[in-house]
Amino acid sequence: MGNMKKISIRFIQYACLLFASFIVLFPPYIMVINAFKGNEEYAKTSVFDWPQNFLNFENFRVVFEVGGLGRAFGNTAILIVVSVALNVLLGTMIAYVLGRFEFRLKKGILGAYVLAKMIPLITVQVATFGLIKSLGLFNTFYAPILLYVGADVMQIYLYLQFIRNVPYELDESAMIEGATLLQIYRKIIFPLLAPATATLVILKTASIYNDMYTPFLYMPSQHLGTVSTSLMRFVGENSAQWNVLCAAILIILIPTIVLYLFLQRYIFSGITSGAVK
Amino acid sequence: MLNLSYRTQRMVLIWAFLFIPITLLLLFSYYPTFDLFRLSFMEWDGLSSREWAGLDNYKRLMSDKETFQVLTHNLAYLLGGILQNIAALFFAILLNGSLKGRNIFRVLLFLPFIMNSVATAYMFDFMYDYKNGSINLFLDAVGLDFLVSRWLGDENLVNFSLAFIGMWKFMGMNMIIYLGALQSVPSDIYEAAKIDGANSFQSFRYITMPSIRKVIELNLFLTMVGALEAFEYPFILTKGGPGGASETFVTKTVNTAFNFNNYGLAASMSVVLLLIVLLVMYSQSKVLNRGQD
Repeated sequence: MGNMKKISIRFIQYACLLFASFIVLFPPYIMVINAFKGNEEYAKTSVFDWPQNFLNFENFRVVFEVGGLGRAFGNTAILIVVSVALNVLLGTMIAYVLGRFEFRLKKGILGAYVLAKMIPLITVQVATFGLIKSLGLFNTFYAPILLYVGADVMQIYLYLQFIRNVPYELDESAMIEGATLLQIYRKIIFPLLAPATATLVILKTASIYNDMYTPFLYMPSQHLGTVSTSLMRFVGENSAQWNVLCAAILIILIPTIVLYLFLQRYIFSGITSGAVK
Repeated sequence: MLNLSYRTQRMVLIWAFLFIPITLLLLFSYYPTFDLFRLSFMEWDGLSSREWAGLDNYKRLMSDKETFQVLTHNLAYLLGGILQNIAALFFAILLNGSLKGRNIFRVLLFLPFIMNSVATAYMFDFMYDYKNGSINLFLDAVGLDFLVSRWLGDENLVNFSLAFIGMWKFMGMNMIIYLGALQSVPSDIYEAAKIDGANSFQSFRYITMPSIRKVIELNLFLTMVGALEAFEYPFILTKGGPGGASETFVTKTVNTAFNFNNYGLAASMSVVLLLIVLLVMYSQSKVLNRGQD
């Protein structure tokens, strides 16, 4: 009897998990089977039918040529590389100073970062927009980069949490050997923060790649389109042709999915340590 | 390098390392917030010079019932967020057990979180399409054709359809947070309870729940803030339509500023939202820290 009960509970558990997985996978599955259909084929077949030929890359070619997605990927890459590099550099510097030294303004600075985290960025946009314009940064790469680096303070928490676990004895023994503080930062602290850096790089890359509103608002020029804003423009111009749009959606979805499947360990550890709020 | 004493080095390093980050923080976080408050007392079209308007913006805001009625649309996102938390907790508990293949399910259920939100939005646009959408075609095929609907075109449905996209995308992220909290509960407590004859419901009620109560509360507060700030999917998919049925407080603010060039009024709306959010955060810290003093 007890065994029967155990088996049926297991059965229900798996049924729930499979149902949830179905809900998660169903929309991307529909994208995949329709992205490889030609216009005529799409019009004639049901959305649930498989394409005649999974090697028909015509829609993907159209997306890259008409949608200018090549440039969009390039622009997004620039934003990611520069912002993430600056985030890592400035984040480790702050963590070193706030994590290792006691000084008068330390509490105030920590408090300023805690408070900044509470300010919802989206509500302040109205004023930020005026600031970006008056600095002459509208429609330049600098606007989103400065906002990703200056207004998002997630990295500070991640690094501060991590630097506590780097033993202070390492600093002390380096000092005994006569290392300068700058050398200690460069040769001990920075390398030992590498696991936190890995998490930060992945989470930041995904969040910049997925951000729509910052580039939409601050870099509206067509030649400055990112993957998100270029997809919006492309859909606006081709709203009826769903088979082509499926291809466009897939192209945008794939890079972060691949990144995730390979590096999920770092993402999960980053989230459980409270990096994403 | 120069042979400076550690005292001097320390001073130099602290200010050299903090100068740029603090400048950026003040310029891009604090200054706009300060300016937002100032702007809310002014008249500005984004081009000409700003003019002092006193309380005009706030008076206009308070007299316009419609602005606050929009907040009822945000309730759909709150409901979605609560359901999302319940599902997340449920699956976290399942996956915290000794189920075979739990790692695959964990990876799968988290997948939507890392997907590009614009692409996700359009993916659901296709799912929800009245004629070609998979949902209606599926309902039709299994004989539930009375459920076929205009998911984004029906005033009574549109907010729930949009909120569901958020649920779909963020459930897995919540689940991972709950899973992390569950795994930090030491397993010998469960074993001790088992020896004392506790059944699985009792150990859930008296061990699991108290240990992860804080995380649940934190997530619920974040859900409230998220619902207040709901913006992306209506902005991308419906532009607030049909007939304003899917406007949220933020889409309305954004339109007031960037489409109607009324930055002063938009700033006063932002200030109201900011104050509500800060109030939620404040009560969160009160609730989370209760019984600790």
